[in-house]
Amino acid sequence: MDFTSLAERANKNWEALENLQQPLIQIGMGTCGKAAGADEVLAAAKAALKAMKIPGRIMQVGCIGTCYLEPIMAIRKPGGPFVYYGNLTAKKTQEILASTLRDGDLKPEWAVAFTGEGAADGLPRFEDLPMIKPQVRIALRNCGIIDPESIEHSIARGGYSGLKRALRMSPEEVVQEIKDSGLRGRGGAGFPTGTKWEFARKAPGRTKYIICNADEGDPGAFMDRSLLEGDPHSVLEGMLIGAYAIGCGEGYIYIRAEYPLAIERLEKALAQMREYGLLGRNIMGGRFDFEIQIKEGAGAFVCGEETALMASIAGGRGMPRSRPPFPAIKGLWGNPTNINNVETLANVSAILAQGAKWFAGFGTEKSRGTKTFALAGKVERTGLIEVPMGISLKEIIDEIGGGVSKGKKVKAVQTGGPSGGCIPAALF
Amino acid sequence: MRLAIGRELSVDKPPELDALFREIEKEFKGEADELIPLLQRAQRKLGFLPEQALLEISRFTGLSAAGVFGTATFYTQFRFQPVGKYIIRVCRGTACHVKGSNRLLDTIEEYLQVPPGAMTPDGLFTIETVACFGSCALAPIMVINDSVYGSVTRSGALKLLDDIRAREERFIGQADKRESEVEHGFHVVGGTGQ
Repeated sequence: MDFTSLAERANKNWEALENLQQPLIQIGMGTCGKAAGADEVLAAAKAALKAMKIPGRIMQVGCIGTCYLEPIMAIRKPGGPFVYYGNLTAKKTQEILASTLRDGDLKPEWAVAFTGEGAADGLPRFEDLPMIKPQVRIALRNCGIIDPESIEHSIARGGYSGLKRALRMSPEEVVQEIKDSGLRGRGGAGFPTGTKWEFARKAPGRTKYIICNADEGDPGAFMDRSLLEGDPHSVLEGMLIGAYAIGCGEGYIYIRAEYPLAIERLEKALAQMREYGLLGRNIMGGRFDFEIQIKEGAGAFVCGEETALMASIAGGRGMPRSRPPFPAIKGLWGNPTNINNVETLANVSAILAQGAKWFAGFGTEKSRGTKTFALAGKVERTGLIEVPMGISLKEIIDEIGGGVSKGKKVKAVQTGGPSGGCIPAALF
Repeated sequence: MRLAIGRELSVDKPPELDALFREIEKEFKGEADELIPLLQRAQRKLGFLPEQALLEISRFTGLSAAGVFGTATFYTQFRFQPVGKYIIRVCRGTACHVKGSNRLLDTIEEYLQVPPGAMTPDGLFTIETVACFGSCALAPIMVINDSVYGSVTRSGALKLLDDIRAREERFIGQADKRESEVEHGFHVVGGTGQ
């Protein structure tokens, strides 16, 4: 089946889901959700539907970003909006489902917000919550909305349309598109992605590699994990686009062993891509061939550094070496290698789908687009957020994060892990 | 990190090692870039990496024994001592530290009377520390085998250990039932931090 017919089928199924004539229950099943007890909530929801003999569909979704409310469930009755409930237990889940689906009382005192068409008495819109309103979600566009294990959900929400567009362009044009977008690497160094791709594209050599760096080791950081758990296809699509632009036949995802759920979702995503003709030979029926392999890290923080990472992929000790030569000239097994961060690649697929100009409309002149942050520590609302570049720390802490817990005063924040720094409150 | 070199482990080839290599020879080609996946597979099967397993991997890949030992000892994931049936991993990342994981670790160490890395004399527990599990919004995080626990309090942690111990004691004498009884999954222990 060609991609157009696949996309049609995906759209049709997605539409059917949107117009489902049964209750639809979404449960956040990322690692954060699970650590908070989402597995028990899922079991309770299944049992409740069965006990009440109410037909309904339960769907797992990734992280919606409001970690402080985990475990989270959203319920939609046919024709109504989704109503979100947080901090659930098995007992509370069963009570809410009984009340909403059987007695017609949606228990507003336990609900957090609603979203979608319709209204829910007295509840705020999810999009208007103080934590959500300042956010712009590009990399996280599908997280918490789709089933991360369904490639059709991804396609119905625009997944692989960026790749489709890229494959109609020349590789040089794709590189130019990324340059025009102003996208800079999200791994920390902020190097312009388009320029990096150009170096690797122009480097002499027939065998070239692209690596997705998912060795997110900085304590406190879980952006890449949430993204891979919530929407792996946005990242994989970005990798395919990069491979096409640079001229790579093989790619690796280097991911920490501490992220078992992300690895599992990636493995499933790769299997689905193969089934849909998006991996292997003649991708989308054209002349582009590409393979991806997952490499699990083994617990060495330094392997997030690109030369150490490549040493580790090759099977040795993950010891960094001095540069030059840069990986773009001499990387994995001595071949030109391009390494991009998880979030960078999720932005790439959005840029190709929506255009460089659209992306460049967000952020500041020197830093276009958005950035995801993991909010953790002594803040009222912990979670995963995505905000336009240029936002102040004060807005992030006070508005999105809701200030420090127990009304105490904030003294400093630490950004960027051990290689970042502590920023005192005076500079927020 | 100490290696159990040349002592109790180098005498007989344990039968599980034979079984492991029968699997490995089917699935792996023996190329150098398979070294880390091979070590991971061996540890998953054996619980730790005995000297003989490392020597067998060296033989299988054609890499020098020194090279295999060098790579294995570089990564914190690999262990060279037997571990308890339940591995308790306490996260020592920044967010967990802020939420009191140092006190959590002290409490567990004191309760089990072993330092991180060592096994309790009854063979039940090994404590390990981990840099970050990436579930920082639910700090402090503790993982027992494959189950993740968020917002762990000190009393909540001790209760989990007591529950495991009580369950294990019930099974003493019923060796065949002593397979892992801890449910795989994720749980909240309750309370928010300490």
